[in-house]
Amino acid sequence: MPRIRAACLLVSAFLLAFGAWMIVSNTRGQARDGRRSAASRTQGLAAWEQVYSVLTHPRCINCHTATNYPQQGDERRRHVANVVRGPEGKGVPALNCAGCHQETNADSTGVPGGHNWHLAPLSMKWQDLNDRPLSSAAVCRAVTDRSKNHNLDGPGLLKHHEEEALVHWAWNPGRRPDGTMRTLPPMTHQEFVASTRRWVEAGTPCPPLGR
Amino acid sequence: MAKYQLNVNGQRKEVSVDPSTPLLWVLREDLKMTGTKYGCGVSACGACTVHVAGVATRSCVVPVSLIGERPVVTIEGISQDPVGRAVQNAWVEKDVVQCGYCQSGQIMSAVALLKHTPKPTDTNIDESMGGNICRCATYVRIREAIKTASQQAT
Repeated sequence: MPRIRAACLLVSAFLLAFGAWMIVSNTRGQARDGRRSAASRTQGLAAWEQVYSVLTHPRCINCHTATNYPQQGDERRRHVANVVRGPEGKGVPALNCAGCHQETNADSTGVPGGHNWHLAPLSMKWQDLNDRPLSSAAVCRAVTDRSKNHNLDGPGLLKHHEEEALVHWAWNPGRRPDGTMRTLPPMTHQEFVASTRRWVEAGTPCPPLGR
Repeated sequence: MAKYQLNVNGQRKEVSVDPSTPLLWVLREDLKMTGTKYGCGVSACGACTVHVAGVATRSCVVPVSLIGERPVVTIEGISQDPVGRAVQNAWVEKDVVQCGYCQSGQIMSAVALLKHTPKPTDTNIDESMGGNICRCATYVRIREAIKTASQQAT
């Protein structure tokens, strides 16, 4: 009997020690995962802020209006000639975008151009009705809302930033009518795509609303 | 300088010009088609409107090098089109013109509107014609003439 009791005690002690090790080990793992997740989210949010700085540059946001008209210039003034949005974001008959904006920039006359020149849909507005850019949190939510963004998931957003002709135009915007070059977004297209990739890989996190 | 083969009002026209030359200058200076007018030179007034592949286009800001094979129709050729003829008739009937300088652009825009929207509302007219400025303020008669042409063309 004493031998059996000793064996039972030994087994119990072993199980107790093993259980304690498992709990400690699991807690450490969770903390490590939590730190990694937090780091990933933090990095993703930092990458998003880089993306946001491009999206709200005049080369991009001038055609992401909340109003019935596009904007132009770094001061984001209302587009000349009473141009209006139209049902498909391409103007109206007799006043289509394509009536001035050709397939490429017209540097001799200062009119920018690119394939399928058009306004972004109202679901992708990045401004309010007073032409003030929306917050980072609000733009992030609009960009990631698949009911608003032509059903693009993270990889789809990355592809859009990598390949869309009018996105590329922002880094090749041509000359103004006075012959000077239009300003560029605050980073290169390559850096913009890299930031988008980091944000997408982090799960497209958005800053909390109210920021 | 470069040579371009243009299709203007259904006719082949060859010009030898600098590629950056706006279409308006080619029409007026090289082809001597002065019906299309120079107004502002920055696409803000609509006086220079022509049709390029059916799209009302501001010829003062489009370099000739970007026209390519697309057919160009100017005020000199618009009466060949039934809608164009109806618009010109309505312009005469309503005695739209005052000084006349902007009117070729007004007519080209009106034709583009009616070809796409045969029965335009006042809003359609306001939006589509909003880029054509008339210093004589013939806007009321322009609206009447578009509605008259709308009835005649359909």
